[in-house]
Amino acid sequence: MTADTELLLELRGVERTFGGERRFLAPRAPTIHAVNGVDLELRRGDALGVVGESGCGKSTVARMIMGIINPTGGTIVYRGEDLSQLRGAHRRRIYRKIQFVFQDPQSSLNPRKTVREILQAPMRHLLDLTPAQREHKARELMDRVNLREEFLDRHPHEFSGGQAQRIGIARALAVDPEILILDEPVSALDVSIQAQILELLQRLKDELGLTYLFISHDLAVVDYLCERVAVMYLGRVVEQGSVREIFEMPRHPYTHVLLASVPEPGQQRPPRLELSGELPNPSNLPSGCNFAPRCYRATERCRVEEPPLAGYGIDGEHRAACFFADDPQPPVV
Amino acid sequence: MSTSSKLRRFFYNRLATVGLIIVLLVIAVSAMAPILPLADPNATDLDLRMLPPGSEGRPLGADELGRDMLSRLIWGLRVSLAVGISATVIAAVLGSLIGIFSAFYGGVLDNTLMRGVDMLMAFPYMLLALSIVAVLGPGLFNALIAISIVNIPFFARNVRGATVGLVRLEYVDAARLSGKSDMQILFGELLPNVLPVIFITISTTVGWMILETAGLSFLGLGAQPPTADLGSMLGEGRKSILTAPHVATLPGVVILVLVIGINLLGDGLRDVLDPYLRSGALVSPRPATDVDDQLRRRLDRPQNVAAPDASTASTRPSLEVDQLQTWFWQKRGRRSSAVRAADGVSFQVERGTALGIMGESGSGKSVTALSILGLVPTPPGRIMNGSIRYYGEELIGARIERLRHYRGNRIAYIFQNPMTSLNPLISVGEQIAESVRYHQSVGRGAARARALELMHKVQIPDAEARLDSFPHELSGGMRQRIGIAVALANDPDVIIADEPTTALDVTIQAQILKLLDSLRQSEGVALVFISHDFGVISEICDRVVVMYAGQVVESGTVDEIYRRPLHPYTRRLMECVPRLGERARTLEAIPGLPPALDDLPHGCRFADRCDVVMDECRVAPVSLRAVENREARCIRVEGQDV
Amino acid sequence: MYRYILKRLILVIPVLLGISVIVFLIMAMLPGDAAQAILGSFATPENLARVRSDLGLDEPLVTRYVIWLGNMLQGDFGRSYTLQRPVLDEVLDRLGPTLLLAGTSLVLASIMGMLAGIIAAMKQFGWQDALFTFIVLIGISTPSFWLGLMFVLLFSLNLGWFPVSGMTAVIGGGGVFDVLRHLALPAVTLAVVATGVIARLTRSTMLEVLRKDFVRSARAKGLPERTVIMKHAYKNALVNIIPVLGIQAGFVIGGAVYIETVFQWPGIGRMLVNAILTRDVLLVQGGVVVVAAIYVLINLTADVFQHFLDPRISV
Repeated sequence: MTADTELLLELRGVERTFGGERRFLAPRAPTIHAVNGVDLELRRGDALGVVGESGCGKSTVARMIMGIINPTGGTIVYRGEDLSQLRGAHRRRIYRKIQFVFQDPQSSLNPRKTVREILQAPMRHLLDLTPAQREHKARELMDRVNLREEFLDRHPHEFSGGQAQRIGIARALAVDPEILILDEPVSALDVSIQAQILELLQRLKDELGLTYLFISHDLAVVDYLCERVAVMYLGRVVEQGSVREIFEMPRHPYTHVLLASVPEPGQQRPPRLELSGELPNPSNLPSGCNFAPRCYRATERCRVEEPPLAGYGIDGEHRAACFFADDPQPPVV
Repeated sequence: MSTSSKLRRFFYNRLATVGLIIVLLVIAVSAMAPILPLADPNATDLDLRMLPPGSEGRPLGADELGRDMLSRLIWGLRVSLAVGISATVIAAVLGSLIGIFSAFYGGVLDNTLMRGVDMLMAFPYMLLALSIVAVLGPGLFNALIAISIVNIPFFARNVRGATVGLVRLEYVDAARLSGKSDMQILFGELLPNVLPVIFITISTTVGWMILETAGLSFLGLGAQPPTADLGSMLGEGRKSILTAPHVATLPGVVILVLVIGINLLGDGLRDVLDPYLRSGALVSPRPATDVDDQLRRRLDRPQNVAAPDASTASTRPSLEVDQLQTWFWQKRGRRSSAVRAADGVSFQVERGTALGIMGESGSGKSVTALSILGLVPTPPGRIMNGSIRYYGEELIGARIERLRHYRGNRIAYIFQNPMTSLNPLISVGEQIAESVRYHQSVGRGAARARALELMHKVQIPDAEARLDSFPHELSGGMRQRIGIAVALANDPDVIIADEPTTALDVTIQAQILKLLDSLRQSEGVALVFISHDFGVISEICDRVVVMYAGQVVESGTVDEIYRRPLHPYTRRLMECVPRLGERARTLEAIPGLPPALDDLPHGCRFADRCDVVMDECRVAPVSLRAVENREARCIRVEGQDV
Repeated sequence: MYRYILKRLILVIPVLLGISVIVFLIMAMLPGDAAQAILGSFATPENLARVRSDLGLDEPLVTRYVIWLGNMLQGDFGRSYTLQRPVLDEVLDRLGPTLLLAGTSLVLASIMGMLAGIIAAMKQFGWQDALFTFIVLIGISTPSFWLGLMFVLLFSLNLGWFPVSGMTAVIGGGGVFDVLRHLALPAVTLAVVATGVIARLTRSTMLEVLRKDFVRSARAKGLPERTVIMKHAYKNALVNIIPVLGIQAGFVIGGAVYIETVFQWPGIGRMLVNAILTRDVLLVQGGVVVVAAIYVLINLTADVFQHFLDPRISV
């Protein structure tokens, strides 16, 4: 994946705040800065993982790309068009190209519809096909996700979590999109089922030449499926680059801590590190670097100035937002 | 649920069937009124005034003008029914539309409509109806309009509430992403899911609306002569209550029977349509899990009642679970079937050690843990077999006071979801202190001090200030620390932690695991740690027990299991989990699904998914075999049967 | 906490204003000529014109509203032409008995209903539960006006245990015990429906709450069952029941209209029905506004109480 590969989706300075409205006889509602200036690039054939813990804003970013909510700042550009400015029919056109796989398989499928209706709905509204063509395509989709064709007549509650998620994936593929945004697609599934879905996603990507934006809190899953990754903390991207570089030689202290926190099987070793303190209130962000209050090497400068997301490494593709990124130190025990 | 099973369920409810019969009868009689051989309801005959029921020519008596009561009752019933149903339909349609649009569009529309609804609801029900009738003038049609208008807010509120819950669901977003327009989503996706709520609301209000229209007629504001409904008959009959009580009594009885029928029918409908009710949610658990009668009898025999034996206490394991079987019983019509959630589980824990119980959902790990102190919800759970011994004392079938003595005191739990496991209305300090007060018989002051001490021990910053905080004011990690504090309150010997970090972020999980580990070492408790994550179990446990489909399939030290898993499931499970840093590895997913716990195969329960299965595997149930220090439930493993 | 009460009190004002507007508009829409109704069919055109201008009927709607509102705020609710006395006096006279009746019923219904609901929830599947279902069913299906008549028939006319009607005995009455004797039947009748509703809601709410994780946690601490039920479960159930109690207050007030009619209780409900039938516009307006205002205050109290119980509800 070089910088020459076609740039499909670009996020620049994307922001989203919630709240802040004036209230009657009460102080102004707190303004929650969910997303605070995010830059991301998605190139054709990419599998970009976005990781972070709760409150980092990754799901909000996904929903803004999909148009479920609108950014309060910044641009989201797809093939030259700013998505955040599109409405109505224009917006619907984009849904032919960018589709979404939701986290909870059961609540993302309408319990009153049959699988056939669910799969054909996007075809009906976004494509121009005859009923016979739609039926044929629906069967094809079921094959692709390894589900029997007779399931087309069933309702979502008759399926297990893994099967329901396959239906969700099939639905997303119904319009032959270019890009799939996947928001924690395996988090709600049992471990042995997760593997099935991950295998499926990998296969589909290869077979259909898809581009993935994969959001997850699970670093190991991202390690498996993605080539590039962006680490988010409190609404900002703090580190970004290839999966191998980031996970083997992280440059941002938060990434260090995150990696060290993942429990490793087989060795009985209690986690030695400690991430101090608590996640700050998103309506009361610390000044300077967001991570400074909990960082093991924060200095005065960190509390005052916000470090930019700067490039490191050979081609500058590995980016980190830390003043000490060129001399990263793992957390002391 | 298919239509036929819905119907079956409805008719199984005898009361609802009675309701249906009543309603159908009433509708039939009303509809057929014109063709039934009835006297003219309006024909007066002063000779027959006030005749009691059973008289010649007037089977149910006559009113103060000599008119036939039976005929008037039937015609009046017709009117009351028609008005009640019409008013309900009008209110339902208008109110539901308001509710759905309000919930879907939100914002200004929602605010305006709901302010309007609130305005209407600011009037006591009757008052508004009276005022509207005052404007329009007395009359049945006007009463109908009044009652409809007054009930619109009720529908609007209910439907809006239900829709708001649905709009949040992801399939609505998915519908938008499929290119559907707002109207298509509203009526195509949302409405079918809101309909049950609408029907349920209709079933709860139609009886009420019949009563209210009758009431208006009773006051003289509804049906005007010569039209008569049951209410106006009651109103007129009031004057002659001393001399001819039947004139006032009978119409009321008819109303009562009609509305009872409607309410019974409505309850039955609700039972079928409401998914929440259907899942058996409205059944409250008993204080302790039921124990099967046969088991209880066996345990009561003298040689089985073992009092805690002080001399051997120090050498016995703290907790011994032996062949535990806990099943969930469900009724399908007349048959009962059992879901074998835990089906022959055995393990033991010693002081100062940590045992992990690993398994996926449905493996029975949580049920096993809850069975120890009888916390499995009793309908539907029941302990069918086995023995659970705490320092030799049998816990299954123990008296509830004995169980309570141990709960939170010698054996304590930490639950998975700290948000729902803490009472939202009680301060966190009090939730710790109450356990101390009850078990240690100390005063409030001492208990509070101990709570503070515990909060320090679990490293809650600013503990003094937080003593009086409520759970929703704390973060997830903080709440789980409170959960740990509650467990430690009375210095227990055993702590059972059921997926205590699953709901937490990975960095918070690391903090909590470190805390648990240090506490185990410093306090010397026996820790039973349940999780689906082998990595987490490795961090904190010495030995592991792997569960699948209600059984233990493997046990051993963490190291042994990691290096050389004996059971195919354990091996496959560890191979299918992605690991940080090993990205070149291909994931070998385990095909298929675990067996249904109420329809288990006769032989090995993993056979259908096993990559090294043999024909013999399916022939007979597989027992645990001991190999060195470990056990595995696989015929390929050479060892002695346990 | 105090800020919450203050804020809610202030928010009540627009609601009351809205009520007054609605009431005024409704009354203004009454067909027929009020002046005609007052003076009768033999009134001369000059007299009609004079009464009209006296009552301000010639003015535009908004002016009339503002005048009426302004007067009301100064305590002048106008004069009832059927009763020939100030509306406010009549309303206040009648308000007391209604509040006594409705208040007693509500308290009765709440206590009996919640008690029954809790017991039914705890003794599920026992005979108590079946009896409970039966009683609730009868309670919510019975027309209260008919039930009142039946009670009068049985207890007053046949058995003579209670007086037939009125609030006090016509001769030699007026003491507390006398009022109580007169209050008994009406209050119980009025309470029947509300008891059924409250009992059913309490039972289902308790059952829901008893399944919650935090109740399991309370049991896991080994707390006695009584503590689990009352301190942990009931408190949470109450948070959901209180708003319904507020709404039931409205139904009880409304139901009072029937009961006052059946038992000849000198309350505001009967006054309103008569006022409507005789087109006494000002009396209707005054009565409705006052009753609605009280209902709003009752709900405000319920809200405040709920806020007091549940720390999650924000200001």
